[in-house]
Amino acid sequence: MTELTRYERPLLKFITCGSVDDGKSTLIGNILYNSKLLYSDQIESLKTESLNGSCDGELDYSLLLDGLLAEREQGITIDVAYRYFSTKKRSFIVADTPGHEEYTRNMAVGASFADLAIILIDASKGVLIQTRRHARICALMGIRHFVFAVNKMDLIGFDEKRFNDISSDIARLREELSLQEYTLIPLSAKSGDNVISRSPNTPWYDGKSLIEYLEDTDTSGDNEETGFYLPVQRVCRPNQFFRGFQGQIESGELHVGDELTVLPTGETARVKQIFSGFNEVEQASRGMPVTVSLDREVDVSRGSVFTRATQDDSIKVAREITGTILWTDDEKFSIHKDYLIKLGTSQIYAQVKSIEYTIDVNTGEHVATSELSKNEIAVCHISFIDSVAVSEFNRHRTLGEFILIDRVSNMTAACGIVNAIHDSDGKREYTPQNIRLHLLRQKSGVFNFGGLGSTADQETLGRLAGEVEQKLLQQGRLVYYYRNTGAEVSREVLRSLTESGIIVLTVKASPESAEYVKDLDPALENTGTDSIVKFIAEQTAYEL
Amino acid sequence: MQDLAHLDKLEAEAIYIIREVAAECEKPVMLYSIGKDSSVLMHLALKAFYPEKPPFPFLHVDTTWKFREMIRFRDETAVRNGIQLLVYTNQDGVDRGINPFDHGSAYTDIMKTQALKQALAKYGFTAAFGGARRDEEKSRAKERIFSFRNRDNAWNPKNQRPEMWKLYNTKIEKGESIRVFPISNWTESDIWQYIKREKIDIVPLYFADTRPVIERDGNLIMVDDDRLKLRPGEKIEYRRVRFRTLGCYPLTGAMESDATTLDEIIRETNEAKVSERSSRVIDHEAQGSMEKRKREGYF
Repeated sequence: MTELTRYERPLLKFITCGSVDDGKSTLIGNILYNSKLLYSDQIESLKTESLNGSCDGELDYSLLLDGLLAEREQGITIDVAYRYFSTKKRSFIVADTPGHEEYTRNMAVGASFADLAIILIDASKGVLIQTRRHARICALMGIRHFVFAVNKMDLIGFDEKRFNDISSDIARLREELSLQEYTLIPLSAKSGDNVISRSPNTPWYDGKSLIEYLEDTDTSGDNEETGFYLPVQRVCRPNQFFRGFQGQIESGELHVGDELTVLPTGETARVKQIFSGFNEVEQASRGMPVTVSLDREVDVSRGSVFTRATQDDSIKVAREITGTILWTDDEKFSIHKDYLIKLGTSQIYAQVKSIEYTIDVNTGEHVATSELSKNEIAVCHISFIDSVAVSEFNRHRTLGEFILIDRVSNMTAACGIVNAIHDSDGKREYTPQNIRLHLLRQKSGVFNFGGLGSTADQETLGRLAGEVEQKLLQQGRLVYYYRNTGAEVSREVLRSLTESGIIVLTVKASPESAEYVKDLDPALENTGTDSIVKFIAEQTAYEL
Repeated sequence: MQDLAHLDKLEAEAIYIIREVAAECEKPVMLYSIGKDSSVLMHLALKAFYPEKPPFPFLHVDTTWKFREMIRFRDETAVRNGIQLLVYTNQDGVDRGINPFDHGSAYTDIMKTQALKQALAKYGFTAAFGGARRDEEKSRAKERIFSFRNRDNAWNPKNQRPEMWKLYNTKIEKGESIRVFPISNWTESDIWQYIKREKIDIVPLYFADTRPVIERDGNLIMVDDDRLKLRPGEKIEYRRVRFRTLGCYPLTGAMESDATTLDEIIRETNEAKVSERSSRVIDHEAQGSMEKRKREGYF
């Protein structure tokens, strides 16, 4: 076989994960060092830095990866590091991820990027909670190939029985998580047994060395999906004669003349031109960034998805899903908070309506709860303010992955995948009115004190309205007590205030304003402000 | 179905990122340092939007100490590609006579870091593309593709936002900004392969030629103009050299080489015994020096 040049070699993206001190960084450092992939100045600084470290002057490979000052000071990995290397057969990008529970979200960042996961297990400790957590997150993020690297075999005298015990624990975990493809390799990251080549210390092991396994794993079919789709990233208008749509083909092929369906509108048009880079082409396929123009004017903007009417219905237009999410924010989940969902190239307001359950990372048990904090996994219902093109994660990845962004802190609060799509109950329009409803989380309304033949005087009613205003504000409602200072309550003002989404309180509004006004029951006035507040809160409650 | 080849995958990833920023960020700019990575980045931007021109300007932070050939190349490139090029220099630093010979790391801070901050503030840019790659240096290997800067332009490596799949969260508050690195996952070797495949023009300094150099502190420094004063014992020699990276001429070491074609450069790169940044004088100072500078706002 002739040697492939670097850019012709197939690329494998993988991560190393597992619990703290299971030797992730050491393993990668060992591969880089022993594959002669380091430059001489990097080796020199590794030698110098190792002298100051905790390895008694022996080379501390983890220093090759723990590049942040805080990591070196504490001797731990905080964030994911990416390294690039190649062997004669394959190019690799490896993401070395942190083992501490506190930094799980950084580990998940690495997992979202990888095709294969190496999960390290300390042979002397066996399968730990963190091993199970990481395996679960890898499976959640869509990784299909797993290597359980049973490390530190040298510390237990390369004991075959111990290895077999761990192997049966992993078999159970595999079943629980329905892992697709997995293997176990006994190794020592520090001394190199079974890392690059097979070790004489494990004569009872007849499998591949780690590097051999990485070189041979076939990932080419992993992202195979049926049908065609292209989420539109942006509209390109270089001049008044050309209107093109730019995005990446996520699945299938595209040809000039193809009839496309535009989601969510459902309009159709034919492909007029395809640009790939600086060239006009007749066809393009999966993975390619393109610019497409159509034969007629249709409503297309960022977030639209091109697909074909003739293919299966796995891409749907909907505004409600069930998803599995990993909470990544330091702040706990709150049902009262507003989020933006980013899914494909759509980004719109969303609401987590309910949490079905969280998943105990250790036992896999479902726990009924309404609480959710950092690094927890939960299944929940999410609805959007408008319909978007969406798919189940196992059908079309790019339309089945999403993140939730906290609207106030801008933090990426969660990442998740779509398990199920719920049919739309009619399309809601993305009007300013609807957006305000969602932003303010309330329906507007005018509440009139002293209608319906109330006998209370102006002054009492005014005081009551003032108190109700104060209490509603404290509950987080946007409310305004509109004081009629002698003159009539203006119908026009009430209309404007209502349209702006505010809850309005008035006293003795005139019959002309009746169109906007809800008279409060005089009986309520007698039961006090709390009853009125409760009544108004119920009247103006809004759910997406 | 055949998977895309390695370079096509890297290209697609970069173009996707560049388009996302153009679609979501309020006021982006692409930093242009004239080097090989910047040349690749500009090429990717031209490709990403074709038949439209990139919908943002390019910015060169000029320290006034770049190689003369770089400046000539920069101005020709802007015209050839029909892009909008902004050039910014920290005039206060120039007036104070800040230079790489007398001021060491203060020079880098004032003429590069401070100049960049001033330029971003002057134009109100909210997102700046850079050509940094993760294989260059250990703290870069830790950085996200979308890297956030607070109001003081500082990076907080201990609390980076999660970055999942290709769902980039571009939300920021007023005064904050984002650095975006579309070629994070490229290696030095990928850059050269791509330059060759796409026939991208690069500064001739990357190719070997006979050039006037002196030996100083273990580096070969090219005498690009008369601002470089010879120290006792130093003498100008004409040697066949080229540059592996390009920066300010007094701070950039040349390497002896006969490589005059891209194929020869690629062969040299793949056989290199020392890393790319070893020719940058400022990087060796102390462990973590790159991270420290980045926390202060260096690109």
